Amino acid sequence: MKNILNNLDKVLESRIRLGIMSILVVNEGIDFNALKDFLEITDGNLASHLTVLEKNEYILITKRFFGKKPNTSYQATEKGTAAFKQHLDNLETLIKNHK
Amino acid sequence: METGNEQLKSLSDIRNIMERSSRFFSLSGLSGISAGIIALIGATVAFIIFGHNLRSIDWGNYNSFYNQYNLGRMIMLMFADGFFTLLLALTTGIYFTTRRIRKKGLPIWNHTIKRFLSNLFFPLLIGGVFCIIISLKGLIFLAAPITLIFYGLALYNASKFTLNEIRYLGIIQTVLGIIGCIWVEYGIIFWALGFGLAHIIYGILMYFKYER
Repeated sequence: MKNILNNLDKVLESRIRLGIMSILVVNEGIDFNALKDFLEITDGNLASHLTVLEKNEYILITKRFFGKKPNTSYQATEKGTAAFKQHLDNLETLIKNHK
Repeated sequence: METGNEQLKSLSDIRNIMERSSRFFSLSGLSGISAGIIALIGATVAFIIFGHNLRSIDWGNYNSFYNQYNLGRMIMLMFADGFFTLLLALTTGIYFTTRRIRKKGLPIWNHTIKRFLSNLFFPLLIGGVFCIIISLKGLIFLAAPITLIFYGLALYNASKFTLNEIRYLGIIQTVLGIIGCIWVEYGIIFWALGFGLAHIIYGILMYFKYER
């Protein structure tokens, strides 16, 4: 029991980061405002969580310009997707053990 | 105990957000009903204009068809009818769906709507262009069933990004389109069954399932 709890991914322990990953694994390339709409959080809060995910190489950030308008899109890396799936498996095991 | 419940909640949160972020769920059943009613009116107009003519045509000999009827005039009438039907169906469809989005307090324009629409409209656009081309080449009697086929494929394609039930509506439309191509003389009737009746039935079912 203790062991599984320790195995839980620290990066994905935050509800918001887990939310971000949930969106990114089912959507290829989604921009900042779309993420903000789904999660209903402030710019600063979202940006800081995205930075953590990027530092851990869970997501890839692409900056582009549409004319003069900057557009930043986010996508889950292979490492991020694998970590997300592992995290879900761990959560499930945890819940099963509880029953 | 605490952690168990908490993890259970995060699992359901995850499932919820994965669904919500990848599909457009606010499509209103009323949009289907209104589009269906307008399609029935459009089909009636088409039937009055030349429906009865189609049955008297010798299908083994397309030339007789062109000699009997002025093709240019027919294309113009049919496209005018089709254009207004499409315009009215789209307008009322958009009206009921945006009304539903507003009621839910969601943004009108977001990522899921964009993806749903682009998956719906690409096959539709190709189908529309294809219909114009074959009509100009004289195969105007195939236009109605072919719009059904492309519309059905468009729905099937877009169903991955909206309500699952849209997939079945898509299958029904393509099958009606194929049958309509076989019995061309009843093309308008199959068109009315697909765009009219199928939409209305689908709209009523969806309305009572999700909006009541």
